[in-house]
Amino acid sequence: MDARRSTTAVPRVRQVGFFTPNAPPAQPSRTHSFPVDSSSPPLSNSPASNSLSPVMIPPPRHLSDNLAHRATSPLPVPEPSAFRRPIRSHHVAVVGSYNPTESLLGSSPPLASPSSRVIGDGEFSEESTAGWFRRSNSAKFASSFSGGFDLTSIKSSETGGFHQVKKPVVAQPKEEKSGAAAVVEPQINSSSSTKPLKEKTTKAERRALQEAQRAAKAAAKDMTVSVGVSTCKPVKQQPAQKKDAPPPASSIAVSDRKGGERSTEKERRKDIPAPRMQFDDKSRVEKAKKRAVVNQSEARNRVELFRHLPQYEHGTQLPDLVSKFFQLDPMHPAVYKVGLQYLAGDISGGNARCIAMLQAFQEVIKDYSTPPEKSLTRDLTAKISSFVSFFTECRPLSMSMGNTIRFLKSRIAKLPLTVSESEAKASLCADIDRFINEKIVLADKVIIQHAVTKIMNGDVLLTYGSSCVVEMILLYAHELGKQFHVVIVDSRPKLKGQALLRRLVGKGLSCTYTHINAVSYIMHEVTRVFLGSSSVLSNGTVYSRVGTACVAMVAHAFHVPVLICCEAYKFHERVLLDSICSNELGDPDAISKVPGRMDINYLDDLTNKDNLQLLNLMYDATPSEYVSMIITDYGMIPPTSVPVIVREYGREYLWI
Amino acid sequence: MPDVQALVNDFLIKLKKRKIEGSQATARQTAELLRSVISQQRIPYTNQAGALIDAVRAVGEQLIAANPVELAVGNIVRRVLHIIREENLSLATAAIAGLNLSAASDGDDDDDSERDEHPVLSAAAVAAAARSTLRPPSLQTLLEDIPESAAIPRTPSSGGDSEGKSKSADKSSRTRRLKHDVIEAVNELIQDITTCHEQIAEQAIEHIHQNEVILTLGSSKTVLEFLYAAKEKRRSFRVFVAEGAPRYQGHLLAKELVARGLQTTLITDSAVFAIISRVNMVIVGAHAVMANGGVIAPVGLNMVALAAQKHAVPFVVLAGSHKLCPLYPHNPEVLLNELRSPSELLDFGEFSDCLDFGSGNGSPLLHVVNPAFDYVPPKLVSLFITDTSNFQFLMEGTIHHTCIDSSQIITPLMIWWSDERLLQEIELRSLLFTIFSNASISVIPIHSLFFLVIACMLGSLGVTMEEVVDWQMEILAQCREECQPLFYAGRERDY
Repeated sequence: MDARRSTTAVPRVRQVGFFTPNAPPAQPSRTHSFPVDSSSPPLSNSPASNSLSPVMIPPPRHLSDNLAHRATSPLPVPEPSAFRRPIRSHHVAVVGSYNPTESLLGSSPPLASPSSRVIGDGEFSEESTAGWFRRSNSAKFASSFSGGFDLTSIKSSETGGFHQVKKPVVAQPKEEKSGAAAVVEPQINSSSSTKPLKEKTTKAERRALQEAQRAAKAAAKDMTVSVGVSTCKPVKQQPAQKKDAPPPASSIAVSDRKGGERSTEKERRKDIPAPRMQFDDKSRVEKAKKRAVVNQSEARNRVELFRHLPQYEHGTQLPDLVSKFFQLDPMHPAVYKVGLQYLAGDISGGNARCIAMLQAFQEVIKDYSTPPEKSLTRDLTAKISSFVSFFTECRPLSMSMGNTIRFLKSRIAKLPLTVSESEAKASLCADIDRFINEKIVLADKVIIQHAVTKIMNGDVLLTYGSSCVVEMILLYAHELGKQFHVVIVDSRPKLKGQALLRRLVGKGLSCTYTHINAVSYIMHEVTRVFLGSSSVLSNGTVYSRVGTACVAMVAHAFHVPVLICCEAYKFHERVLLDSICSNELGDPDAISKVPGRMDINYLDDLTNKDNLQLLNLMYDATPSEYVSMIITDYGMIPPTSVPVIVREYGREYLWI
Repeated sequence: MPDVQALVNDFLIKLKKRKIEGSQATARQTAELLRSVISQQRIPYTNQAGALIDAVRAVGEQLIAANPVELAVGNIVRRVLHIIREENLSLATAAIAGLNLSAASDGDDDDDSERDEHPVLSAAAVAAAARSTLRPPSLQTLLEDIPESAAIPRTPSSGGDSEGKSKSADKSSRTRRLKHDVIEAVNELIQDITTCHEQIAEQAIEHIHQNEVILTLGSSKTVLEFLYAAKEKRRSFRVFVAEGAPRYQGHLLAKELVARGLQTTLITDSAVFAIISRVNMVIVGAHAVMANGGVIAPVGLNMVALAAQKHAVPFVVLAGSHKLCPLYPHNPEVLLNELRSPSELLDFGEFSDCLDFGSGNGSPLLHVVNPAFDYVPPKLVSLFITDTSNFQFLMEGTIHHTCIDSSQIITPLMIWWSDERLLQEIELRSLLFTIFSNASISVIPIHSLFFLVIACMLGSLGVTMEEVVDWQMEILAQCREECQPLFYAGRERDY
């Protein structure tokens, strides 16, 4: 077995890159299926085709290099993808959807439990999980959570299901790691790292280039020693080079130290948020377009004030992309699917989007294998970057997603070089799971515990739109037997509040529903305002669903306390002063059409007029003066303390 | 008068069913209805004005009760009543003059010459006639929606007075003249109402400059005309229209604006706060302007006004004079509001399973609130633009800092200012009262300034100072003694 592995190891590793479990039952026993795979002739052509696929890993899109690699034949892998999809979709949909109604109505695949289909929307998950309530605290949490997203997979990971499912996957590459690593020679490695850097132009990048060259020189010097070692023991060599990267103080070898410095330098650069893409910068837009997977056509009447934001036609790309699904160029199917879900609006809400993205990345990492002549750290980062840019094309990333991606990249960068590929993948998958658990699920639980103390009997609580944390707070307070009334303020065009209203009324909460214009009418009766948030910025500004600022402002004018519920991973060091500079534009046609109101059709024939523009803003920035308190997993803080959290705890997850 | 009653009933039903949209249409139709009521009213031989007033009041009460939120109805009724009194007054002064003259010449048909002599008459005589004919102004009448209780003391006095007057000049020409004059004046009023858009729009050019960004919410004919007038004058500017859910009148306005070639951007109501930082001016229409300067406006405008205040964006309210209401709002969000159908917000079909949750005991779980109006407090309004030619620009802020209790003193002043014909009788007395009751030695200069202002306005109205002095003396009796030197100081400065 060992002898055979040493010879055919390389193709097999590549299989891992694009092979996911063939069928659900096969998943746990994947370790067994693989040796069979590689040895059996009928299937050997698919590994062969797959063997090229790692080369097809799209170039890091922000680098605009590696075109040579891209030129190698595009590789459609129709068959595997065809039968792989249902499995994937199952995974993603269950966890990713915050809104059970949506996941049912939308294009997303069936939920795990068939009963959910029969009963329909949120009621199912709530009822089915009702039994969890009084058992353990985590289960209790899940029950209040269930109104929001379905956590079956997270739960299963808690109960050990995760290990059952994933261990084989992780273990399998570990066995073959030695072969994979053997190919990667340090010499090539360092030279390949300098090559793309040459094409960079900006000042910071040039500086980085210089440093890289210095590092390469030093490495070459060092190589004279190390190559000799690498010939006989290549496996050890590569890890040895990077082993000491995280603590830069180590002075074992010149190359090591340089590499370490460089990585920290890079990190420092990453810490400063790069200026966002400005869409009125023509040259950059052109460049971005060339790379884009999603064919966006510009909206007809772009709003002058928002030229710096992408304004594309909505709804036109989806069929195109769906048809492209089977071509499966470099995109991983899980990523592709989540991207399409973003595009179609099936997944919305900060936490849901984040979780969906993380789980897609988890799939990617599971199926990843380091291509020859590359290092896992660099290649995986590049791959993730390319996926991120695909996500961005589908829908601009939220700031919390940016934080999450930073976390993931830092985890990848921090991987000790000593670990084998399989170990690295396992640890990354575990990291992702831990992030979801600690930063989102547990954080929500803590927030709920905090927030419930602020709800008294007889309170009238106002909430805006549909925030899953707020929903969980309300449900939990209701479970505790508190008597209160909920006012749900909603606004066009998404009308998310209606779904929330339905779920809350279904649970027996007394609700008042109104629209945002009437907020100053209803505010007289309100005693507290609970709002969710997409992000909290370090000047205390709350970046959230459009309309939140209006509600907070009116509440402030009526001297009603405004409580923002936000997980700490959504805190961002960026600052914003208004809602113009950084925002997202939704589908303009949603403005002109009022569903369910046939009499409102004034604009039907006017949409192609030049002087009419429709502006569908997605977010707005609430000034910190309107915010009384931010409830986060580090406790309840005033908005002035946000920078402290960002500074003290912001790096925490980078160092976990 | 069955036909009039039929008309009234018809109009009542329309009001009750909310078939009439917009205060301008309501005002115009009310005035037309009252005109026909007046023209159909049989006028008795004696006390013609009283009979007319009673008739109009009777109809007016019904109209106001039909839709108490539509304040324009009450405004128009009040104005018509005022017109009747005013015409009666002018006839009465003519009659007094005729009495004086009749000693020498017993001429019947020289009414015109008598009227010509009117300015020559002594101010005291006019004042006396005015006081006897006009309802005595008081705080009570100010607070009255329907001047019902005031009518009781008034009727005997004015009735007796007009009786004596009609005795002195019992001519059929006079009865016809009163009715004729009143109808003429009401026609003028209708004309004013119909042209108020143009008159307001004329001022657009003074407020909108090149490249301005203007935000508005919902739809208002006044706003449309205002913006279009500025466009006509070749100003190029950009308009953001908030759609004004759940009625989506903003869509209508956007359509009209686009059809007229303005650069229009339609936004959701929730994006108002996001956008307002880039807006130079908020221009909105109103449903009614209350006596304290507060605005009853389409729902959502309080939010816009707050956002505008936060970003120091001028909040301009366009209101025709028929929207100026002499009432003081008390809890206007509730009392001067109207809840519309929940079906505008929620689809009953979709939520039918939620809507009957309360079928058991207690109240239902699901409430839907869909108010029609918002109350914008006066401090949020930067400017009112009305159609009366003299005092259109009522910058609250400019006078704001000069007085102690601004909203109480200044806003009646402003309202009174802008619509002197309607409000002088009610407001002036209360205004003076407010000033005096707030006065203290420390603020003498401020108040003398006020008297200057008041005296100027009175002069412009043709009200003599004797009248004012009379009222002031009455008021002073109720005030602290310190006020007295203050008052006289003010008065002496005026002369």
